Parts: sequence; C-alpha cells; structure tokens
Amino acid sequence: MGRNKSDLIVFVGKRLVQLLPVVLGVIVITFFFTHVAVQNPCAIWAGPHATQDQIQACIVRFGLDRPLPEQFWRYMANLVSGDWGASPRGVPVLLSISSAFPATLELVLAALLIMVAIGIPLGVVAANGAGRWADHLAIGPALGLPTKGDFTSTPPFNGPTHMSVLDALLHLNFAAAGDAILHLILPASALAFLNLGIATRMTRTSMLEVLPLDFVKTARMKGLSEFLVLYKHALRNSLISTTTILGITAGVLLSGTVVIENIFQWPGIGAYAFDAITGYNFNGTIAVVIVFAIVVVMSNLISDILYGILDPRVEWR
Amino acid sequence: MATNESAGPLSSKRSKTRATALREFLRGLFRILRANPLTLIGFILVVIISVTAALVVLVPAVTQVVLGHPVLFTPYDPNGLSTEYGQAPSGSHLLGTDNLGRDMFSRILAALPLDLAIGFGIAGFALLVGSGLGLVAGYWDNPRTFGGVVSVVIMRVTDIFLAFPSLVLALAIAASLGRGTVPSMLAVLLTWWPYYVRLTRGEVLAIKHQPYVVAARAAGTSETRILFRHVLRNLIEPLLVYYTLDIGTVIVTFSTISFVGIGVPLDVPEWGTMVESYERFLLTLPWTVLSAGAAIFVTVLAFSLFGDGLRDILDPRSRRALVQAAIPSTLPAKAFVAAEA
Repeated sequence: MGRNKSDLIVFVGKRLVQLLPVVLGVIVITFFFTHVAVQNPCAIWAGPHATQDQIQACIVRFGLDRPLPEQFWRYMANLVSGDWGASPRGVPVLLSISSAFPATLELVLAALLIMVAIGIPLGVVAANGAGRWADHLAIGPALGLPTKGDFTSTPPFNGPTHMSVLDALLHLNFAAAGDAILHLILPASALAFLNLGIATRMTRTSMLEVLPLDFVKTARMKGLSEFLVLYKHALRNSLISTTTILGITAGVLLSGTVVIENIFQWPGIGAYAFDAITGYNFNGTIAVVIVFAIVVVMSNLISDILYGILDPRVEWR
Repeated sequence: MATNESAGPLSSKRSKTRATALREFLRGLFRILRANPLTLIGFILVVIISVTAALVVLVPAVTQVVLGHPVLFTPYDPNGLSTEYGQAPSGSHLLGTDNLGRDMFSRILAALPLDLAIGFGIAGFALLVGSGLGLVAGYWDNPRTFGGVVSVVIMRVTDIFLAFPSLVLALAIAASLGRGTVPSMLAVLLTWWPYYVRLTRGEVLAIKHQPYVVAARAAGTSETRILFRHVLRNLIEPLLVYYTLDIGTVIVTFSTISFVGIGVPLDVPEWGTMVESYERFLLTLPWTVLSAGAAIFVTVLAFSLFGDGLRDILDPRSRRALVQAAIPSTLPAKAFVAAEA
C-alpha cells in the first residue's frame, strides 16, 4: 500500500463496501426498536376519536398485522427499489428528507466555519500560554457552554437548492441573501458554541506538540513576529490533526441539529428527525437514521482522505 | 498516585498506623490538587455536589425513621405550589419562584440526586459493559479462533452503534418506549456502551504487547492472572479518566432528551425538563430557566475540570507538561525542558 491514485481508489472502495453492513445494521436496529416498542401505532396515527373499525383498517393498510420479519422484508425490498416509504399521513419520506437535508448542510457548514474561525485561534492562544491565565481563559468556556435560547429563525427564502443563502445568491437577490445570513447567525453560532471546545482543545493539544520543535525555535530566533511564528509556522503544522477531527465532529454537529433546529424552527433534517421520532413516523425515523449513518461514515472517510493528503507520511490502507 | 508512591519510602520509616497512611494520602492528594487550581475547583465542586445530593436523599429518609415524619433538606417542598409565584431571587427564595410559586432553589436541589445518579449510573453501566466487551475483543483477537470470531462480532456491532449519533437512537428509543424516567434512562443506557468498547479495545491492544506482559507470560503466569493483574490494572487509569469526563456528558444527553420533551415526566424535578418547561419564561422570569441551565452547566463543568485534572495527574506524559507549565515559561526554560525530555 502506498500513496498512488490507485491506492486511494482501492481505499475509498473498501471503505464504501464496509459502509453496507453498517447501514444494514443501523436499519435492523432502528426497525426493530420502533416496531417492537410501540405496541399499536395505529391507535396513535388514527387519532383519539378513531373507531375500532378505522384502527383495524389502518392496521391492515400499513401491513401491521403481518409477522415482523415479513414487515421488515417488505420494507427492505421497497428500500432497495428506491421507495423509502411515506409518513403515516402519506408524505413521501424521500421528498421530505431531500428538501430538509440541504438546509441542515447549510447550518452545519456555517457552524463549522464559526468553529474554525473562533475555536482554532483560541486553541493557539491557549497553547502559547499553556498553564497561564490565557490558557484557562480560553479553555474555560471550551469546557462547556450553555446555549439555549428561544429566538426563532426560519430561512426567509426558498428555492431550488433549499439552502437559503445559496438560493438567494442564485436569484441575485442580495437583500434576501443578507437577510438569510442574519437568520443563519444565531442557530449556527449556537450549534458552533456547543462544539467549539472540541476545536479549541484539539488545536491546543497539537500546538503543544509542535511548539517545542526546532523549526519553531528557528523561526523565533530569526526574529519573526510572534504572530507569524504562531499562525504561519506552528499552526500550519498542527492543523493536520485538527482538520481531521473537524470531520469527525460531523456526528456531534448532526446530533446537535436535532435540538438546535427544534429551538430555532430551522426546517432541516434535525427538526424532521424530531418530528418523525415523536410522531411515530417509523419510515421517517429509519430514513433519518440511515442518512445520519451515511453522513457520519462519509465524513470520517473524507477526514481520512484529507489526513492522507495533508500528511505525506500517511499511507492509504 | 504518583506523589503518594514517592512518599512511600518516607512513610515506611515512621510507625505505619492507618492514620498516618491516610494523612500521607491526603497530603499527596492535596499537593496534586494545589499544583492545578482548576482541578482543585473541580474537585471541591464534585464533593459539594455529591454531598448535597446525598443529603437531599438521606435527610428525609433518616428523619422519617427518627422523627416519624420526613423533614425536607430543601427549604421548601420542590413541588409545593404557593401564591408567591414569579418572585425574583431574594432572601427567602434564593433563586426566586417559578410561575406556579414553586421555590426554584428547592427544585434545583431536588433534581440533583436524580441527575447525578443518572450520570454515575449510566456511565458506570456503560463502563462495565463496554470495558468488558472491549477487553474480550482486544485480548482474544487472534484470527481463526473462537475468540477472534467473537471479537469481530463485537467490533462490528460496536461500529454500527458508533456510525450514527447516539442521541438520535436514544431519542428514537425514548419516544418508542413512551415518556418516563426509566424509558429515557434505558434509551441512554442502550446507546452509551460502544464508546467504552472502542476505548478499552485500543488500550488492551496497546498494553498486551508491552514487554512486561510478554515477560509475565514468559515467566509462566496464567492468562487470567495476566488479564487481571497486568492488563486490567493498566486499563483502570484511562477508563477512570474517561468515566469522570463522561458523567457530565451523560447528564447533558439525558437532559437533552428531557429538554426536547420526551424524557422525564413534568412532575419529576429534573434539570432538562425544567429548562424545557421554563424556556418560555426566559424574558419574563429569567431566573427560572437560567438557574436550571446553570445547574447543568456547573455540574458538567465540575466533572469536566475534575476529569481533566485527573488525566493530568494519571497520565505521565501530561504530568511532564504540568511541570513544564509550572516552570517560569521563558523561552530558554521551555527549550531546556524540551531538551531534557
């Protein structure tokens, strides 16, 4: 194994093949948890005033009178043929998810941007003054920030990509784009502050490893300004692990969206997940979990590839 | 711990009564804590929180037996309604009262045992199950043996659980089981162990090829003895650190489940539920939601600081970093320490 392009392709292919059993396992776990734990979902779906006949009709309609393995088999057969099922109210799951996912992507990317812009400099400051007041001050908030607010912000603009800022820009509507950014700031910073500590701590740790090295001393000795020493020489070499950790935080950010989108009324996949879970929308729940699993595995894969590109010593295996 | 060990030969010269040994231990602990004030703060907070939680549970139980009627440790009944609703913090109500006239300070205290028990209990269960599975998966991982097959199965299942955010699965389980304290605990419990499997397996794989394990095997030590005396003994420190840090994370996750409204029922005092139910009073009765949020914050921070300090103390590598930080951090001093290391 080496660092050729063909090695990378084999590496990516292998990881994608490994994705299959993971997704299958995730489906099995979620399917059986939802279908076993909820005794009679039709009583909930049909509403409190449904008659016995209506509930019975609902059970037959959704195939809930069949044995569980048969239900599972039918679900899997539909899934493989591209039919992700529908919510109990008949809204196709795939449609809801494909419109909700870009909104979440926008939120998560904005949060990631804030994490990088604030978290990494904080980590540098903390590492440079390790054990001194600046370190404690920078790491203090990184340990845990309470972020709960009740400011709603709905993207004001809807268009083809379902990412409000991008849509507004595509329509060359700059006023709307500015408005969309304003609406993005609060939920994105709430999401970012929840995970800011990870970026700060990772930067601090890897900076602490780099700072005592010879090239940093050389840079200082030749009289470079402290800013250049820290940010151009040291930070660049410590960013390798930070970059990869940011990829791994995708999972943390995603689970954060379940709460954040709920508070801020952001029409993303986190809000959809919450609605699906609490509304006993089994197809929606399983679909959300599949999407989350794929995103997490893919972002791990991307961070592994990035690691290989950034660090020439790494071989793709 | 380290300072305790170094104090060992000193104390052996004295008469080795239990009291002096205890004093030595406390002195060592104090020296470690003094080296890092943040750890000291975390340690003190953890002690205060734990003692308060114990008092909240024990005082009514003991007075029930002794006096025949329970005397609450909290100044007011946490669920007792009164006409003094919506009062700002004052001398009689330290954290004010909520919209139904319930004393916030009493409610925060009353929630403490439950939240703390959840943190300790769920993380503890995950520690036991996860480290057990991780030990098996790491120690008997030779391919083409029975143990190898078992370890592959364990790791595959762990990978599946790690593949997606546990909060989502926990929410799904909690929602399926219905609202209640036990279902939401079960939900977190079922999703929490995989991290420990990964951690333990990694540590075991690193430990089992160490020279001292090979030496023990060469000396004819039985496999069980190696497992318990050599491998498990060296696992305790990283697991303990992770466990301490994890207690805070469990509390946050659990209160998140309550916060989104599918966790603990509303009449049970719990911080996440309180944040949820007082969220709409953020602008009118800010002390209600803020004190519930602050309770979560302080508790999680306490365990974070304590766990962090514990890692600095237990991990020899960061112990060196601690010494480095203690040296006046001029450039030559840093370079000198780096050269020494």
